[in-house]
Amino acid sequence: MTGAPTQGQAAPDDVIRTSGLTKRFRGGQLAVDGLDLTVPRGSVFGFLGPNGSGKTTTIRMLMGLIAPTSGVATVLGSPMPQAVGSVLPRVGALIEGPALYGYLSGRDNLARFDAADPTADPRTRALRVTEALERVGLTAAAGKKARAYSLGMKQRLGLASALLQPRELLVLDEPTNGLDPQGMREIRSLVREVAAEGTTVFLSSHLLDEIEQVCTHAAVMSKGRLVVQGTVSELAARAQGRLVVRTPDVALAAEVLGGRQVTDLRTDQARVDGVTGSLGDDELPKLCAALVEAGVRVHGFGVERGTLEDAFVALTGEGFDVAG
Amino acid sequence: MSQAEAGVLTVVPQLPQRRTQTTVGFLALFRSELTLTFRRARTIALLGILAALPVLIGVVVKVETGGPGEGPAFIAQVSQNGLFLVFTALAVALPVFLPMTVGVVAGDSIAGEASTGTLRYLLVAPAGRTRLLAAKFTAALAFCLAATLAVALTALLTGAALFPLGQVTLLSGDTIGLAAALLRALLVAGVVAASLAGLVAIGLFVSTLTGSGIAAMATTVGLVLLVQILDTFPQLHAIQPFLFTHQWLSFSDLLRQPMHWDNVLQNLGLQALYVAVFGSAAWARFTSRDITA
Repeated sequence: MTGAPTQGQAAPDDVIRTSGLTKRFRGGQLAVDGLDLTVPRGSVFGFLGPNGSGKTTTIRMLMGLIAPTSGVATVLGSPMPQAVGSVLPRVGALIEGPALYGYLSGRDNLARFDAADPTADPRTRALRVTEALERVGLTAAAGKKARAYSLGMKQRLGLASALLQPRELLVLDEPTNGLDPQGMREIRSLVREVAAEGTTVFLSSHLLDEIEQVCTHAAVMSKGRLVVQGTVSELAARAQGRLVVRTPDVALAAEVLGGRQVTDLRTDQARVDGVTGSLGDDELPKLCAALVEAGVRVHGFGVERGTLEDAFVALTGEGFDVAG
Repeated sequence: MSQAEAGVLTVVPQLPQRRTQTTVGFLALFRSELTLTFRRARTIALLGILAALPVLIGVVVKVETGGPGEGPAFIAQVSQNGLFLVFTALAVALPVFLPMTVGVVAGDSIAGEASTGTLRYLLVAPAGRTRLLAAKFTAALAFCLAATLAVALTALLTGAALFPLGQVTLLSGDTIGLAAALLRALLVAGVVAASLAGLVAIGLFVSTLTGSGIAAMATTVGLVLLVQILDTFPQLHAIQPFLFTHQWLSFSDLLRQPMHWDNVLQNLGLQALYVAVFGSAAWARFTSRDITA
């Protein structure tokens, strides 16, 4: 980054950059507190956090819907909300679930949202609407009134309106909400497809495996503050791997492991696990041998990789027992 | 975060073409707004109610012909000349029915979009807050015109069907031909529609204050009733010329020969003032407001 504002088609490195972004609502509630977020161009960026952690408020500030109390939000190189007119035609967004005109058909809903964009060409509208409907698999239901749509169909129509134009940035707030597993898979593959075309995707979700499956980068929010951001693999690596021993002799195994510097031991029926911490990889065979020597019937022995969920739980302090 | 970017930026993304605003693109929202307003079942129903009103009055006059009785303006002339049903119907509709329907449309304009959540999608499209407000105002004005014409046209048809037409004797006693009288009726309808402009601006402003369409509609219609009640208190004589309903019925001055424009122009000026004041207030509120719905 040279720091100079980028002109014309030249791509700034960061699609979203906020510094000290803060929102205090009139009631005095601090929804977002000093957020410094950086979303690199070309990434699929997962935005994680429990309910009420300030994700949606952040997204609304990025989209120019609400003004920050202090701090700066820059989207595609321009400050928000001042530059909404030049920035938002290049951004597709799904914010806090779909909202539709129930008395209009799916097709007319899309035409309506497209007409709201003054840079959209009315001559290509019908074609773009048809393509967007096809892309989200709604062609068959395009003529039906939106009030007759299921939540999943509404969600798809919302996605279609975000895809009416080629976008530089796609902001998706909980895009798989209300979808069945098949629909979720379809949306995820759509996200990958869009990302492969060069669109940066900013995806908020409470589903950790979703973030892990589709995202390259992630940030974690908690109580209005950014806890951590980085690549998904970096974040997952912060969650320590756990040694898992499967055996009917749980108590004995725990005793042996505890004597060999394995900490945070948890026992379950036919299973013991713990953190190997400082023990190197070559210590593991010795550990296994020690178990066998002590007469533990070892049915399984291995290290389970840390997941983003472990990292998330550790970072937000949402309680360790959830992973059980 | 530079180490994080390394793995992702190997593919140079092809940026989509940067589009610029066009005039047709800019106007598309106005067209969309008009279509949306007049396609709604609610709008059709409101227009239907307004259209039924002159039929009702016409039938009542036809059945009850004879007794001198009292009634709304011009009702005595209706049985002599069906064209007067246009003026009677407008005089009956203007204090209550027209403002009620206009209050529904204008009051719901922004608040209705906010309560269904479509407002946020219009704004991220991006519709532009000033442009959206202008489109809503235009559509509501168009509704005023459509509503007035719905009353006037059905009144004309009903009047022609039930009563004789022909030369029209004006309030000043002069007589003019039917064609000239029809032109006057059109002019009156235009003035009546324009009389509602101030109310549209008020409704639009109220609509930017709340996230509930129903609340905005009720407040706007309530205001019309309140202002008309205030207009009847002799104690409030000093402020009455500034009430937006005060000169509403001045359109009857156009049924004289020559036409009296003083009160009509005062009415139109007052409407322009209300549009300026409440339009600015709506703009100031809407362009600075946090959209949390």
